[in-house]
Amino acid sequence: MASRLMALWDWVDARMPSLAEEYRKHLAEYYAPKNFNFWYYFGSLAMLVLAIQIVTGIFLTMHYKPDANLAFGSVEYIMRDVAGGWIIRYIHSTGASAFFIVVYLHMFRGLIYGSYQKPRELIWIFGVLIYLCLMGEAFMGYLLPWGQMSYWGAQVIVNLFGTIPFIGPDLALWIRGDYVVSDATLNRFFAMHVIAIPLALLGLVVVHLLALHDVGSNNPDGIEIKKHKDPRTGHPVDGIPFHPYYTVKDIVGVVAFLAIFCSVLFFAPELGGYFLEYNNFIPADPLKTPPHIAPVWYFTPFYTILRAVPPLFNSQFPGVLAMGLATMILFFLPWLDRGAVKSVRYRGTLYKAWLAAFVVVFLILGYLGTEPTTVWGQFGFDAFFLDTKDIATWAGRLCTVVYFLFFFLMPWYTARDATRPVPDRVTS
Amino acid sequence: MKRLLFAMVLVPVFLIAAVAPALGSEAGYRLDRSQHDPNDLVSLQSGARLFVNYCLNCHGAQFMRYNRLTEIGLSESQIRDNLMFPVEKVGETMKVALGAKDGKDWFGVPPPDLSVIARSRGADWLYTYLRTFYRDPKTSTGWNNAVFPNAAMPHALWTLEGERALEVVQAKDLAGHVATEYRWSQLTSGALERVQYDAAVRDLVNFLVYVGEPAAQSRKRIGVIVLFVLGVLFVFAYALKKAYWKDVH
Amino acid sequence: MSDSEKIDNTRRNLIVATTVVGGAAGAGAAIPFVASWWPSERAKAAGAPVEVDISKLEPGEMKVIEWRGKPVWVVRRTKEMLDSLKAVAVRLTDPASKDSEQPEYAKNDHRARKPEFMVMEGVCTHLGCSPQLKGTEAKAEMGADWSGGFYCPCHGSKFDFAGRVFKGAPAPLNLPVPPHTYLSETTILIGEDRKGA
Repeated sequence: MASRLMALWDWVDARMPSLAEEYRKHLAEYYAPKNFNFWYYFGSLAMLVLAIQIVTGIFLTMHYKPDANLAFGSVEYIMRDVAGGWIIRYIHSTGASAFFIVVYLHMFRGLIYGSYQKPRELIWIFGVLIYLCLMGEAFMGYLLPWGQMSYWGAQVIVNLFGTIPFIGPDLALWIRGDYVVSDATLNRFFAMHVIAIPLALLGLVVVHLLALHDVGSNNPDGIEIKKHKDPRTGHPVDGIPFHPYYTVKDIVGVVAFLAIFCSVLFFAPELGGYFLEYNNFIPADPLKTPPHIAPVWYFTPFYTILRAVPPLFNSQFPGVLAMGLATMILFFLPWLDRGAVKSVRYRGTLYKAWLAAFVVVFLILGYLGTEPTTVWGQFGFDAFFLDTKDIATWAGRLCTVVYFLFFFLMPWYTARDATRPVPDRVTS
Repeated sequence: MKRLLFAMVLVPVFLIAAVAPALGSEAGYRLDRSQHDPNDLVSLQSGARLFVNYCLNCHGAQFMRYNRLTEIGLSESQIRDNLMFPVEKVGETMKVALGAKDGKDWFGVPPPDLSVIARSRGADWLYTYLRTFYRDPKTSTGWNNAVFPNAAMPHALWTLEGERALEVVQAKDLAGHVATEYRWSQLTSGALERVQYDAAVRDLVNFLVYVGEPAAQSRKRIGVIVLFVLGVLFVFAYALKKAYWKDVH
Repeated sequence: MSDSEKIDNTRRNLIVATTVVGGAAGAGAAIPFVASWWPSERAKAAGAPVEVDISKLEPGEMKVIEWRGKPVWVVRRTKEMLDSLKAVAVRLTDPASKDSEQPEYAKNDHRARKPEFMVMEGVCTHLGCSPQLKGTEAKAEMGADWSGGFYCPCHGSKFDFAGRVFKGAPAPLNLPVPPHTYLSETTILIGEDRKGA
C-alpha cells in the first residue's frame, strides 16, 4: 500500500515538480527565527479564521436569502429550521469578531517588533490593504441580517460618503443604488461580501506571504538572522525549518485559540451584545431610527475619531477625513519610524512611553465608540470654546490628538530615542 | 516589557469599569430579575399556554414551529388540541391571526412579531414590562406602562392582574439629586393574587426566552463536549510540540 | 533502543495520538455542515402528510390533492372500472406491478388498500407530465378497445384505472402509489403509513 502511494506521488512529482519545490521553499526549508513568541501565533490564526469564515459563509449562503423582505427571516430559518444551522451561524458571527481580535494583535506584533521596517515595508503595505478589505468585508456582511443595526449602521456610514464635497451625494446614491439603503443595496453588498472581497482577500494574503518568505521573517529581537549563516549548510544559525517546528507549535496555538473561540461560541455567542447586537434582533425599519446607533466594536475607535471632530462649515466631512486618515496613516508607518532599532526590546523610554500612550488611547477610543456621547456626563461649567459639554466627547478629542501625534511625531521621537545596543544573535 | 503591556491593558479596563452603566430601562425604571429557568419544563409549558391564549391574537411568533414544542415536554396531540388555533398542521409556524393592516389601524403600529423579542429586549425588561401596566385615562387604550411609557399595547393580561394605578412622586434631596418613588395601588383585583401573577409572567417570559433561541440548551450541552475534546487535543498537541522542540536551544 | 530511536518513537506516537484526536474533532466539526443539507424543518413541514376528505366523493369521481409538490389522485372506482382491470391485463407492460413503485399493501389486483378507492400519483413515469382522465365515452379518440383510464398528452402513454401502463407506451412503469392510511371511513392520510389501515 505504502509503495503504491509512493509510486503515485512519484508520478505526480514527475509531472508537477512545483508541488515538492514549493513545499520545500515555504515549509520544510523555510528557515524562520527560533525565538518566535506568543505574538507570532496570530498570523497563522488569521489564516485559520479566514478559512473558517469562508467555509461557514458558503454554507450560510445555501440558506440565506438576499432580499429585503426575506433576509431577516432567512437568518431565523437558519437558526431554527436548518439542522446544525445555529452552529454555522454562530461560528460565522463569532468568527467575524475573532478575525478582528486576531488581526489587531497581529498588527500590534508588527508594531512592537518593527516588522514593517526595511526590507519588509511591502509586507506591511499588503497587510494594511488586507485590513482595509477586512473592514469593508465586515461592514457589508453586517448589512445582510437586515436588522435595525444592520440597516441604520449602513445608512450612517454611506451617508458619510455623502459628505465628501462636490461628489458626495452622487457617490452615496451610486453606492446605495437607491435613495435610501434598500433591497438594491442589500443585493450588491451580498455579492461583494460573498465573492468579490473574499477573492481580493485571498489574493492579498498570498502576496503577503510570498513577500514575507522572499525576505524572511522578523523576530522579537528585531535582528536579521540571515546575517549569520552556517558555512556548511548555508542556513541561518538562528533559524529553524518552519516545518516541523512551527507547524507543530502553531497547532498548539490553533487548539488554544479554538478553546477560547468555542467557549464564546457555545456559552456566550452574543458576548453581552458586542458580538451579536441586541438591536439587530429587531427587523430593519426604515421609518424608525434606533435611539442609539453604534458600529460593531471593531470599528468603534474610528467612530470615536469621526465624532470627535466637530462639524466645520456645516459639514461633517472633516470628521470623515480624520477617520479616513486614522486608517490610511498606517501605510506610512515604515517611513515615519526613524528608529535605529526594530524591536521595542531595545528602544528607549521615550518610544515606550508613546507606544503605551497609543495603546491606552486606542482602547479608550474603542470603548467610547460603543456608548453615546453622554456616557460620562457633562462638565459643570460653561466656556466659550465648549461647543459641547459632554465629557466623553472631549476625552475622545484628547485621545484622537494623542492617536495622531503617535504617528506625526514619530519621525522626531524615534530618532531622538535613546536605544539600547542590539545583540548579534537572537535571545529568548 | 510584560509589565508595560499589563499596565497598558489594565488602565483602560479600570477606567471603563468605573463608569459601567447600572441596570435600568430607558425610562429609568429599575428592572426586576426575571429568574427564567430553561430547565423548568412545567414553567415553559405554562408559558406556552399563556402565550397562545393572551398574546397570539395580536402578536405572532412566525419563526417558531408548533411541533418544536415537543422539546418542552408536550406531545403532538397536546399541542394540536390545546395550542393550535389559527393553523391546521402541527408543522406550521405560530403565525398571527391579526392582519398587518388591521394591526396598524387599531394600534397605530402593527404589533411586532415576538419570535426574538427576548433577544432584543431582554428577559428582565419583558418581565418588568408585563408587570408595570397601569390605568391612564389620557391614552387611547386607557393603559400606560412604567417601563415603556406611552406604549400602544393595552394590558393584555389585565384579567389576571386586575387594574392598577401608578403615582410617580419625585423629591429633591439637600444635595439637589432627584429621587423618584413609584407608588402602585390596586384598583380592581384580577383572577390571580400578586404572587401568582408574578409567577405567571415569569412563566410567560421563560417561554419567550425559549422561543427566542430554542437551541440554547443543546448549544450549552454540545459546548461542554467540544471543550472537553479540545482539552484532550491540547494535551497531545502540546506534548507533540515539546517533543520536537527538545532539539531547539 | 538508542536515544534517537526512542525520540522518533515518542514523536511518532504523539503524531498518531494528535492526529486521531484531531481527526475525531474534525469529524465532529463536519457534522453540522453535512447535517445542514438534510431537508429543513420547513421542507419537512411542507412535505408533511395531507388529509383528504372522501365523504363527498361520488362513484366515478376523481379528486386531485397536492402532496410534496406532486398531484395525487383519489379515484372512487365504480364496479365497471374495477371489472375493466382484469380484462386489460394482457395489454399491460407490468400487470402485476413487479417493477413499479407502490407500498406492499398496494401490490395486489386493484393496487390499493380498498378496491373502491384508488390512490396514485398523477405523474407519468415517462417524463413527468400529468395524464388526463379519459372515461369509456372517449372511445372515439382513444380507440375501440378503450375501457377507460388515463392518457398522457405529452407522448401518448396510456394507463388503466389502477394506474398500470399499457404496452406500446413510452412510459416504462405503472403510476406510483404513495404511502397512505385510512384514518377513518371518510378520511385518507396521504404520505404516511400508520398502523391500523
